Amino acid sequence: MDVTVIKEDQVLDASGLLCPMPIVKTTKAIKELQSGQILKVIATDAGYPPDIEAWSRQTGNLLLNSIAEDGRFVVYLQKS
Amino acid sequence: MSKSDPHAPKRLALISSKGTLDWAYPPFILSSAAAAMGWEVGVFFTFYGLTLLKPKLTAAVSPLGNPAMPMKLPFGSDEFQNINWSMPNLLMANMPGSESVATNLMKQKLKSKGVATVEELRDVCVEMNVRLIGCQMTMDVFGFKKEDFIPEAEIGGAATFLEYAADADIQLFV
Repeated sequence: MDVTVIKEDQVLDASGLLCPMPIVKTTKAIKELQSGQILKVIATDAGYPPDIEAWSRQTGNLLLNSIAEDGRFVVYLQKS
Repeated sequence: MSKSDPHAPKRLALISSKGTLDWAYPPFILSSAAAAMGWEVGVFFTFYGLTLLKPKLTAAVSPLGNPAMPMKLPFGSDEFQNINWSMPNLLMANMPGSESVATNLMKQKLKSKGVATVEELRDVCVEMNVRLIGCQMTMDVFGFKKEDFIPEAEIGGAATFLEYAADADIQLFV
């Protein structure tokens, strides 16, 4: 999905954290959302992009977009 | 729940058998990550792993007999931090306090890199309803009581764990 048309409902900054905390915090943040709402996560853990793909497959929450920019990773997740 | 229930979540069953700081991490990292993915998780704490259920964690790391452990300082420039200050076991064995030095260095290194403490990861596991099962036999051998452990810990034996693990998708020994 084109990132310019995604409007997040909540932002989680997981910068500076290493595995498994970005995934743990993502889970906690997504629990606060309603079905269909979008969570934007910013992380610096290089393991986060592959991990969030696995997390998305396992939890059923949709990974809309994953972008790497300037040593940080931005993903958009939609709650199932 | 079990595999006989088609709607049951995936299940991870772990045995945690080591109580040093370095080996305390894998079971708690895997458990919290699995729980974050909505899986059921149970950890059986046996032998030295049982100490990881104490309210106050004193897990240390020993450079002795641990030749693969990188000895790197947690401060200074990246280049300086990447220097490996490897020391022979014989020297370590005779140097008082080498274990607490190594433990403190590793804790600082983990913290500076953004790794959660073992306590924080265990709190996450408790919060996410990971089953923490202390081994009754080890308790008898080393003289522990249920009150010596965090209140969330349950007590069981080999059969308790095996029944749980039989229905698990993944079983690991740490």
